[in-house]
Amino acid sequence: MDYEFHWNVVFQNMPQLLNGAFVTLHVSVLAMLLGVVIAILLAIAKMNNTKFFSQVATVWVEIARNTPALFQIYMAYFGLGAFGIHLSPYVAVLSALVFINAGYLTETFRGGFQSIPSTQYSASKSLGMTSIQTYRYIILPQMLRRIYHPMTNQFVWSILMSSLGILVGMSELSGTTQRLQSLSFRTLEFFIVAAVMYFVITKLVLFGSSLLARRLFKGEI
Amino acid sequence: MISVQNVHKSFGDLEVLKGVSLDVKKGEVVSVIGGSGSGKSTLLYCINAIEPINKGKILVDDVDVHAKETNKDKLRQKLGMVFQQWNSFPHMTVLENAALAPRIVKKMSKEEAIEIAKKELEHVGLGDKFDVYPTKMSGGQQQRLAIARALAMKPDYMLLDEVTSALDPELVGEVLDTLRLLAEEGMTMICVTHEMGFARDVSDRVAYFHEGVIAEIGEARQVITDPQNPLTQKFLSKVR
Repeated sequence: MDYEFHWNVVFQNMPQLLNGAFVTLHVSVLAMLLGVVIAILLAIAKMNNTKFFSQVATVWVEIARNTPALFQIYMAYFGLGAFGIHLSPYVAVLSALVFINAGYLTETFRGGFQSIPSTQYSASKSLGMTSIQTYRYIILPQMLRRIYHPMTNQFVWSILMSSLGILVGMSELSGTTQRLQSLSFRTLEFFIVAAVMYFVITKLVLFGSSLLARRLFKGEI
Repeated sequence: MISVQNVHKSFGDLEVLKGVSLDVKKGEVVSVIGGSGSGKSTLLYCINAIEPINKGKILVDDVDVHAKETNKDKLRQKLGMVFQQWNSFPHMTVLENAALAPRIVKKMSKEEAIEIAKKELEHVGLGDKFDVYPTKMSGGQQQRLAIARALAMKPDYMLLDEVTSALDPELVGEVLDTLRLLAEEGMTMICVTHEMGFARDVSDRVAYFHEGVIAEIGEARQVITDPQNPLTQKFLSKVR
């Protein structure tokens, strides 16, 4: 192998890479938070008896889950651009990730909700609990345990998928890496370091998530 | 007193209760026996308003259970219920299971609620299980937890829905012993049960349910050992 590694240029540009990593985390966290809020609404809509609401939710979920993330980002950036709505790369990627997160999490939430046996409601009722107390103390805590790990996975997925920002010129970790390697021609070095940074970020997220889970969920399940 | 007056209840087209009347006095233990689908369990669900009724009336201490103006959450505090599937709350310890309702429904202080919960858990023989999670316990232990959880609300009545039917045979005894203890202490109970020995020895009266009506009701020993209605005779000859 003739390739000679030159790492210095990468380390000189470390502040820019770290800045890119920060943008990656930033967009993923925001996409997750907004996605969760919308998914709760969509899950409620999907279980609603009003046909209009459940159909809107179904269409959303089906498109989000059955088309490539790449298309969503193109649609948000170039597609809306064609109609005169010009989103910044950041907002375009954010909207696409929110759209997809919401789609996947809707099904996660709905499944979690339906997995609580109806006998838990009767038991709570028989003790004199109101509906609000039943949800607050019995249903939601059990539901949270069941959706916690799927939610963590979705978050990791968002972090990795935000790398598609490279396609619309976003300055997150991949976009920054792309720009720096094209200036220095140290393609391999930059992408290896970026990959390591993605790896570290997702591992830290998973580690933090399992620490939090141990604190939150002391019981079984 | 619990007074069930000519109650009818349907699920869709299926009429499950076809005019049931039953009075249970304070301190009395009434066992309800009968084949599956005869409406026994449904009656319990109607008494504490988990299921609505179609016709008739149910009074608990002269309060109309199904009247619109009745506060059902409040009423249920008087009526402890234990289910066939014990329904423990799996995300809470045994002690938390028993202390939750006194704390949030009766608004007791945490210390008070825990004290009552501990007392009731010791009462049913779970004094050494406070910090255990219910899923780590046997079915019999979980069912005793369900009994303690209901008792911690200091109910005036206990409704027991086939509490031993889902248990392994060797675990039935410990739960029946707990119920026997409650009966001796004077708790008013309606027990839907398949345990004929228990019905005979522990209850004051036994009601035999057949296709949504009470086909026979009388003194416990008499109904079990010397039934008058041919339907009761047929049923008892099959379960023995």
